[in-house]
This record gives sequence, C-alpha cells and structure tokens, in this order.
Amino acid sequence: MFLEGFFMPMNANKSERIVMDAQEITRALTRIAHEISERSRGVAQVALVGIRSGGVHLAHRLAARLTDIEGTTVPVGTLDITLYRDDLNARKEPPILRKTDIPFDITGLTIILVDDVLFTGRTIRAAMDGLMDFGRPAEIQLAVLVDRGHRQLPIKSTYVGKNVPTLPNETVEVFLEEAGASDRVVILA
Amino acid sequence: MSLQRKDLLGIQNLSVEEITLILDTAESFKEVSGRDIKKVPTLRGKTVVNLFFEPSTRTRTSFELAAKRLSADVINFAVSASSVSKGETLLDTARNIEAMQADFIVLRHPMAGSPNILARLLRASVVNAGDGGHEHPTQALLDLYTLREKKRAFKGLRLAIVGDIAHSRVARSNIYAFTKMGAEVRVVGPPTMMPLEIEQLGVQVFYDLDEGLRGVDVIMMLRLQLERQGIALFPSIREYARRYCLTPAHMALAAPDALVMHPGPINRGVEIAPEVADSPSSVILDQVTNGVAVRMAVLYFLSGGK
Repeated sequence: MFLEGFFMPMNANKSERIVMDAQEITRALTRIAHEISERSRGVAQVALVGIRSGGVHLAHRLAARLTDIEGTTVPVGTLDITLYRDDLNARKEPPILRKTDIPFDITGLTIILVDDVLFTGRTIRAAMDGLMDFGRPAEIQLAVLVDRGHRQLPIKSTYVGKNVPTLPNETVEVFLEEAGASDRVVILA
Repeated sequence: MSLQRKDLLGIQNLSVEEITLILDTAESFKEVSGRDIKKVPTLRGKTVVNLFFEPSTRTRTSFELAAKRLSADVINFAVSASSVSKGETLLDTARNIEAMQADFIVLRHPMAGSPNILARLLRASVVNAGDGGHEHPTQALLDLYTLREKKRAFKGLRLAIVGDIAHSRVARSNIYAFTKMGAEVRVVGPPTMMPLEIEQLGVQVFYDLDEGLRGVDVIMMLRLQLERQGIALFPSIREYARRYCLTPAHMALAAPDALVMHPGPINRGVEIAPEVADSPSSVILDQVTNGVAVRMAVLYFLSGGK
C-alpha cells in the first residue's frame, strides 16, 4: 500500500516530470521559515505539527531552519489523521494506523500544520479535527510544499512552497532524502 | 499487510503478522487513551452490542470503553435481563439484535464455539469475548501487548501459566498466542486441572509450582474459578492455596526481573499472595489499561472486513 513508492515501480509506465528540484525545495523551505517568523514575530508561541507521512520530515526541516533564524528550538509534533478520515466507511479495509506524537500542550500556541501536497483539503480538515482533540490552539496555520489545486473543501494554505497547476488525474509525489530518495517533486501522468 | 476479517473468534487461526499488526495498532490507541479528550470519531454511527451470557464486569467494561472511545454507540445486553430467560435461543437473540442494525456483536457465552455459529450466520462482526473453555482472544492479545511493552520481544521468553489449565480459555488462547510468537510456554497446575495431551500444543507440563517457576521471565496466574468448583478437582481451597498460591518465596525462583500477570479478578490469598499482587513485579493493572487499547484496535480492524 504505502510502501508502493519504495519497493515497486509505481510509475513504471508513467511519465515523470520534475516540478521542483532539491535546490528549489531548500529555497522554498527557507523562505517559508522566514515568513513564519515574520508573521508570528518570532517563534516563542509557535509549534510545528507534521501530518503523516508526507509532512513529518518537512516539519523537522522547517524547525531546523527556524532554529537557525531565531536561535531557539521550536517544538515539533507528528499527527496521524487516519482516525479522522471521512472515507473510512467507503474503504474495504481500514488503513494502517501510525502513531500520533504531540509531546507539548498546544493550547494557546500558534500551530503550523505541515504537509507535502495540498490537494482536496480533506486531509487538512481531518488534521484540524484531530488537533482540536489535543487542546485549543490560539491559531492554526498551514504550510505546504506544493499546492496542486482541486480543493473540495474551503481550505487555504498560509505558506506555500510552490503552486503547481495539475490535472485531477495526475499524481504529485514528493521525494525526500529522509525517506531514502533524492529531494524532488514530480508529477506523474 | 492488513487484516481482512469480519470476526475475531480465536487466536488459533491468527497469523503472526496479523497479531503483530493488532499489537502495533493498539499502541496508537493507547496514545488516544492517554489524551485529555479520550475519543476519536472513527466508528461514529456504528453500534456495538455487548451480548454477555456469563457475568463479567471487567471484559464488558473494557469493550464498552473501547467502543465509546471510538465514538460507537454501545448497548449492553445482559442475560439475566434478557428474553433468554423466556426461552429464546442464542441465534434468535442475535438475529433480533442484528435486525436493529448492530455492526458488532461482542459475545460471551458458556458454550465453546457459539461465536463461530453467530459469525457464520450474521452480517455483523462477531468478537469472541470468551466462549466456554475454548478461547478468549482479546485477553491473550492484551497479555501479549503488555509483555511486549515490558520485555520488548517474545523470542526465548519463558512463560509459566499457573492454575486450572483445563477449564481456562485464557490459558488456551495464551498458549496459542505465546507459542506462535516464539515464547517458551510452561503450564503448571494439579493433575486434575491439566488437560490430557496438552503437550500437543507445544507446552511443557509441570505439576509442582517450584519446579515450574524456576528461571521463568513471566508468571501468568489464572483465577481459581470458585464458581465452577462443583466437581471435586482438589480437596479444599486451603490445600490448593498451600500448593499453588504464588508467594514471594516462589518469586525468588523465577528470573530476577520476572513479571506477574493475572487476568483478574484476583482471589487474594488463594492463587496469589497480596504481597505479590501488589509488588512492583505485578503488571496486573497494566493489563487492564492495555485491554482497552487492544480492544479498540480489534474493533478498528473488524470495521473494515465486511
């Protein structure tokens, strides 16, 4: 299922088009980190929550950059949205559940949800519901590496690495070094 | 790997991969139980019916909490209050419950195999919560979970199950579970409580408590089922306690970091001395906590396999 991209040539007969290379990803994350610190006037009240699985590594990268910029560490949590999905009833088998780990109190903080690709917005809806079960953040913001359009819910990102126009049937994949691939964002068609 | 089952009837026909998946998933659900808001919307709109033909507080409460933490609606159907006392058969009772659009039936019944019958005939998912002397799969899963949490691995772990092996579904499910996962299992108890040919299940048999406990990493005490002692399996409770009650002196024979488990409710001074039940080696209350998480994982997986 989720291992397909690693072990099986999921894109065997698909064409791959690179829309962001390693350098562009690095620059986009650096810019987003600056935007975060600018918007919140520092990071004293800011915490990052990466959405499994695509947002986790990105959240840690952003946290490292924020530390470089502001000189303080930013708490990072991990959120698995599986239990909050809106399509559980429609599935034949329940998806594999991963751990949620938010080791700090989110109440009163500005929580920045981090994900790799913003598409229909359903994941973000689920993530916000999940987050609210942990407390009452002062504010929730959203940082994504790629916004590919085709929203099905009224959800908008606060920080975007790159807006990438896509067709609904195309697949956008983000590969990162932490997951054993070279950094790149590709469209599979 | 995923679990595509409608029902959970026993440990015997589960694979090692399926067991591991349930235990891994239970870890995530334990995190949910540790939150301030101990509820997720996963089974919203689903109905779980606890159908209990034998008295049980712990298991029923545990299933009820598990279902409620997943946002399911729970109905408790206790035998004394039901129409079973008016002569209705198990199947008719279950069909009536299903006609009310129940999605899960958690069944405890004195007859071995009754959950299998319901599973075959109903659309609802059936979870065996103990059937006669047959199996009690969620108990074994929570015991596995508790041990994995404390000891990390099952391979080479020496486990002694002590008590009335013959009448215990907890013992049977745990023998299947722990031998499957690679642990070395011993059963200890008086000959009158030892089933014939139990060795066939891959366990070592001991009749003497001291000998059975020598060097073990885990001691699982079974409850002496005082309510089932109509037949004379031992002369008196006092004599049973003298020979099979787990005391601090016995603990000295086991491995230094040995753990003590008990499915509850405990009979203090009968099968387990209070000093042992309340000692740091006892994980009895961890078992109860983990039971909710494991049952959440089971309900979560069965919700898909229709």
